Amino acid sequence: MKRRHTVPLQRGWLVALLLVLILFLSILLPQLGILNLYLQQVIMYVGINIILTISLNLVNGYMGEFSVGHAGFMAIGAYVSSLLTVLVFPRSLGPFIFPLVLVLGGLAAALAGLMVALPSFKTRGDYLAIVTLAFNMIIKSVLENIDAIGGPRGFMGMSKLTNVAWVYIWVLLTVFAIRNFVFSSYGRGILSIREDEVAAELVSVNTRQAKILAFVISSFFAGVAGGLFAHVLQFINPRSFTILKSTDVLVMVYLGGIGSITGSILGASIYTVLLELLRPLGVWRWVVGPLMLVILMVTRPRGIFGLREARWLIPAEEVQADATATS
Amino acid sequence: MQFIIQQTLNALQLGSVYALIALGYTMVYGILRMINFAHGDIFMVSTYLGFFGASFLLGHALHLPGAVTFVLTLLVAMLGTSLLAVFIERVAYKPLRQAPRISAVITALGIGLVLENFTLATIGPEPRILPQVIPVINFNLGGVAVSTIQVVILAVSAAVMSILDTIVRKTMTGMAMRAISFDKSVVPLMGVPTDRIISITFALGSSIAAVGGTLYGIAYMIDPYMGIRIGWWAFISAVVGGIGNIRGAMVGGYILGFVEIFVAAFLPSTYRDFVVFALLLVLLVFKPTGIMGMPVVQQKV
Amino acid sequence: MPLLQVKGLSHYFGGLKAVSDFNLDMEPGELVGIIGPNGAGKTTVFNLITGVYRPTEGQIWFNGHNLVGLQPHQIINKGIARTFQTIRLFKDLSVLDNVRIARYSQVQYSPWSSFLHTRWFGEEERKIREEALRLLGIFNLGSYAQALAKNLPYGEQRRLEIARALATKPRLLLLDEPAAGMNPGEIKRLMELIQWIRREFELTIILIEHQMRVVMGICERIQVLDFGETIAEGKPKEIQNHPRVLEAYLGKGVA
Repeated sequence: MKRRHTVPLQRGWLVALLLVLILFLSILLPQLGILNLYLQQVIMYVGINIILTISLNLVNGYMGEFSVGHAGFMAIGAYVSSLLTVLVFPRSLGPFIFPLVLVLGGLAAALAGLMVALPSFKTRGDYLAIVTLAFNMIIKSVLENIDAIGGPRGFMGMSKLTNVAWVYIWVLLTVFAIRNFVFSSYGRGILSIREDEVAAELVSVNTRQAKILAFVISSFFAGVAGGLFAHVLQFINPRSFTILKSTDVLVMVYLGGIGSITGSILGASIYTVLLELLRPLGVWRWVVGPLMLVILMVTRPRGIFGLREARWLIPAEEVQADATATS
Repeated sequence: MQFIIQQTLNALQLGSVYALIALGYTMVYGILRMINFAHGDIFMVSTYLGFFGASFLLGHALHLPGAVTFVLTLLVAMLGTSLLAVFIERVAYKPLRQAPRISAVITALGIGLVLENFTLATIGPEPRILPQVIPVINFNLGGVAVSTIQVVILAVSAAVMSILDTIVRKTMTGMAMRAISFDKSVVPLMGVPTDRIISITFALGSSIAAVGGTLYGIAYMIDPYMGIRIGWWAFISAVVGGIGNIRGAMVGGYILGFVEIFVAAFLPSTYRDFVVFALLLVLLVFKPTGIMGMPVVQQKV
Repeated sequence: MPLLQVKGLSHYFGGLKAVSDFNLDMEPGELVGIIGPNGAGKTTVFNLITGVYRPTEGQIWFNGHNLVGLQPHQIINKGIARTFQTIRLFKDLSVLDNVRIARYSQVQYSPWSSFLHTRWFGEEERKIREEALRLLGIFNLGSYAQALAKNLPYGEQRRLEIARALATKPRLLLLDEPAAGMNPGEIKRLMELIQWIRREFELTIILIEHQMRVVMGICERIQVLDFGETIAEGKPKEIQNHPRVLEAYLGKGVA
């Protein structure tokens, strides 16, 4: 059995180089004024949506659950990170502690994700949808009722710490982490739950552990996205994180295709950009956009890239297994 | 004490509307195992149909007796809404019957968005209330204010619900609906036109929601985004009662009406959502299939 | 000491008695069959042993461990594996993945390692992949490794289910109607396969089957269930002509 080192290694170096190049561009282009503020904002929103979509896809696509409250985790990340940068840390430290603050927001959201994972042990499908919806609304309600953080009026004052480079870095981290996770035994365990949960248990998969992992990881990244969101908009209020926002993310997941990171990147990008392109239509863009979605769903129910993955995301060993399988 | 009775009346009124809408969710779920997320927005469209119907009938100085105008408004709303619902079912849901269930759900969400924003774009966001098709007379029964509107809502809802109950239990169509909800694949083999029954279910569920819509429009304000809130509330009613169970939907609607009114009566309004959802969670933990739902059959291995 | 000891196992679904006072002792290496008409409770017994249901009454001891109350995956980790009456493969996953997932509980690396694809992770994954491919090779499924499980021919799917079960390295294997839907040629090969894996993998096997050729051909002992109750036990020859068994299958007034 021959291990083909050369091709994967070369490919690896090439990819890494390309990614670093893009990073430079993401820092440089805004500085040079080549990317105007509007374009920068669109790119940042695309990135934030990519993180949201990939993270939700882990639970809804790979694990086959029906979680409809993703905005709740985003809200927690947004509020926690904002409170930290505005009330806890000195302003001047802002740009330096930004990654830390995002991680803390993500961890807070992950804790909430853990709580949602628990009911998922016993309930599935439509009932889990309602549980996640309830969580979303409860989080929103709780935030509305805490006057110290602004209540229904919202919270503001964040510095604009998010920029294209940071969004890009976090998108990379999300793609890297989740892609690696999915192509591991834990990831396969999660897939098996989607296929047949009972059978999965009966072939040694600890489904409770797998569900916890999926929900916690998913909500962590949603929290990070929330933190990025809060620091580009510089104002957040509970109404930004209702079921409507969750629906947005759901649409991006299923548009791009379940169980596919590439799909999520595509779905998030297309959806965000499309809504921007349709902006001249005014309120009609919310008619045309969803209508296009309906047409897509009816003609291509699995989404653009459902259950498939772009070649360059699949680890070399998985592709290679084919060659060594002959017996 | 009078306060309690007053609030009870309000709760019955609101609960009736929730129940009527919840029936639509539960009937479609029972027959297709699908949560029609567009149903709340179909309800919203029905309120506007009622609005325009009533405006038209009253505005043309037809001098019809109040009761006739009211019934005609109802019929306009019911007819228009059923046509819309059946159209949506044929064009968007039917092609997805073999697809993953989630695709149908996303389609439903998309259709809901289209309905909301189309209404918003064409008619405008201002809240409206239906013109008076029923003379509003307020009685005072021992300190409790009762209006003709409340009486009409309660009476009409009760009537509609008992008619539906009869249809489902006593007619061939109703029996076919129940059969399909048990085993969709076998029923066509017995000569039942499944597609037709499914369309009838959608039409029926939406007509009933339209009744609820017209009644709602008489008592409260309507706006293009109301479908989201009321739709979700009605959906929760259906779940609380046991989704797929028609009597459960009725019970669930009233429960939610009571919870909403009484919470608002005793707690600040911002707590309302929180209490409703917290109660919902608690219920689902102890009785996941809802109050009248069937116990979850052990998964066949 | 017996490998498996089931004592007084009973299970009710609501008011319905599915299994009543089921007893079974198995020494390592035995091959026991459970037969009975449809609905007799045979699969329920499997479900009870593997923890899918918690028994209403009774005890289950495996290798000195008490199984009652454990999660199914914990029971599997103690060394029991099973196949299903209707094939329950992970249909949209590859054949290789189906077998690899069975190694889930044996994975030594933590989730953190999976994020980073550390060297340790790489080593573990390589071992898992090699073992899985080897197992597939033994079952003549190697060329299907990257195919989706749902695209396999029926006979191959059945073999894959057995291969997947064996990937958990069990000591006790529960086979639920493995011959369902097979033609006589396939049945013969199946019987040879079962005998072979019993020797190669040092397995103790419980077999539910309707095909009498298989049962009579390879089982050392047989237990007969009807309406949840054990109506007969013994060697194949004894069971073949047992009046109550014939009655259960063919109805009264025959024999």
